[in-house]
Amino acid sequence: MSFLHRHRWLTPYLLLAPGIAFLILFFVVPLYYLGYTSLQEGTVQVGYTFNWAWDNYSEAFSTYREQFYRSLQYAGIATVIALLISYPLTYWIAFRGGRWKNLLLLFIIAPFFVTYLIRTLAWQNILSDDGFVVNALQFLGLVADDGRVLATSTAVIAGITYNFLPFMALPLYVSIEQIDKSLIEAAKDLYASSTKAFLRVTLPLSMPGVIAGTLLTFIPAAGDFINAELLGTPNQAMIGNVIQSKFLEITDYGQAAALSVILMTVILLLIAVYTRILGTERMAG
Amino acid sequence: MTTAVESLPRHRGSPATRAWAFVRHHTLTFFGILALAYLMLPIVVVIVFSFNDPAGRFNYTWEGFTTAHWTNPFGPPFLGDAVQTSIQIALVATVVATVLGTLVALALVRYYFRGRGATNFLIFVPLTAPEIVLGASLLTLFLNLGAALGFWTIVIAHIMFCISFVVVTVRARLVGFDRHVEEAAMDLGANEYVTFFRITLPLIAPGILAGALLAFSLSIDDFVITSFNSGTTTTFPLYVWSAAQRGVPAEVNVIGTMIFGVAIVLMLVNILLQWRRNPKGAV
Repeated sequence: MSFLHRHRWLTPYLLLAPGIAFLILFFVVPLYYLGYTSLQEGTVQVGYTFNWAWDNYSEAFSTYREQFYRSLQYAGIATVIALLISYPLTYWIAFRGGRWKNLLLLFIIAPFFVTYLIRTLAWQNILSDDGFVVNALQFLGLVADDGRVLATSTAVIAGITYNFLPFMALPLYVSIEQIDKSLIEAAKDLYASSTKAFLRVTLPLSMPGVIAGTLLTFIPAAGDFINAELLGTPNQAMIGNVIQSKFLEITDYGQAAALSVILMTVILLLIAVYTRILGTERMAG
Repeated sequence: MTTAVESLPRHRGSPATRAWAFVRHHTLTFFGILALAYLMLPIVVVIVFSFNDPAGRFNYTWEGFTTAHWTNPFGPPFLGDAVQTSIQIALVATVVATVLGTLVALALVRYYFRGRGATNFLIFVPLTAPEIVLGASLLTLFLNLGAALGFWTIVIAHIMFCISFVVVTVRARLVGFDRHVEEAAMDLGANEYVTFFRITLPLIAPGILAGALLAFSLSIDDFVITSFNSGTTTTFPLYVWSAAQRGVPAEVNVIGTMIFGVAIVLMLVNILLQWRRNPKGAV
């Protein structure tokens, strides 16, 4: 105790030590081992040896280019749809919610309280071949009479959109909620139309939420494999499915690790480009 | 994008114009309700099908009402064990992650020190990394070290991804903390330890509790990271995953509904408490 009194500067480090040590051991060090494994060659039978096997990368990328593009494409489409649904929804709650705001927000978080796999299986049920969604779409002529929704890219994208929508809606709500409504009134007093007031005042002020929301939706969506597995077929396989089966079924650890490193790098690059275009300093808040 | 008018229509016109004005004014509300219905749809399906009496292995089409699954939710083999394992893992992971995370949050809010930026970065990155990369990298660690996968590797994985969430939650509560209360206690002769346990801890307890609840729910729901580090241990989500191949028993819907119910009740209590403290709801 007297030691601590003499060395007060130590206190924050003592508080940090256990948590940070844990994160270094089980988050940072594993990333090193992921890179290390990605350059190993071998099989479960003969063991794995590290020999700078850069082939893992070139082979992984050339073999699974299609799944990579598909992951980015599905995640991109799902992110845009989630934004188009979340924006009006959160705008409505923030500006018209009144005392019901928190209760309405609960509706947005509610899907999180149903286990991920169970709610994805519920979509399997909803989109099933003789379900009411498919029947309605067939009645409207949007789906052929013998057509299906389940086991198509539409189903996978719909599942991804639903599962990650709260990640879009919550940051969006926070930034729309903070907008000073008198600014919008001021714009209208100065003869801006509703549309113009929205485009010139509301939308720019909500950009931090849009940026945070799109990133928080896109990143997990690009690495997802559950929706493609449960709602799609191998024709809809995403890069996550390849990584998962290579690690856990085929035990091709070298290529699996290489694919994970590529995925992580692509996502980091996209984030860098995206924030460069839209402005980084906004994200800090 | 709807930018529905903020004010009521001022002039009357033909029924058609008035109808159009009505639609325009309520487009946003209509869309909002539709979007909420979309969010609720799968939840309703989960609950409704927990009362279904499926004819075969697959619980897809409505066959008839039964409460049989609710009277014996742990009937199917291994399901009860899986739920029990999930709860044990979640309890251990929650306690450890909450303690570690709270200490980190205290350091970040209370002190300025060298390495603060790096610490913030280290807390932030796991929140944004794709789960599959977190799971895969931990697996490569355990593989290279030759560690046996099972209960404890899952616990380690869960603590790892829960810490950051706890830090963020507790930090949010700590920022608004009035330090004068602590100074008053010290002025009245309390030493640092007494002050911490008698003043600080009770005041930040709601934040810590919120962090712990978040950690618990994240742990019990996690599938991706767990699947990489589980070995032959089966948690509830892992059970659902393997059952999905051969038909999920309706009891899974029952347990899903129970978890949902507990979480919703906790959230509603929280909202009611906020309303009582601040009746106008301007939170």
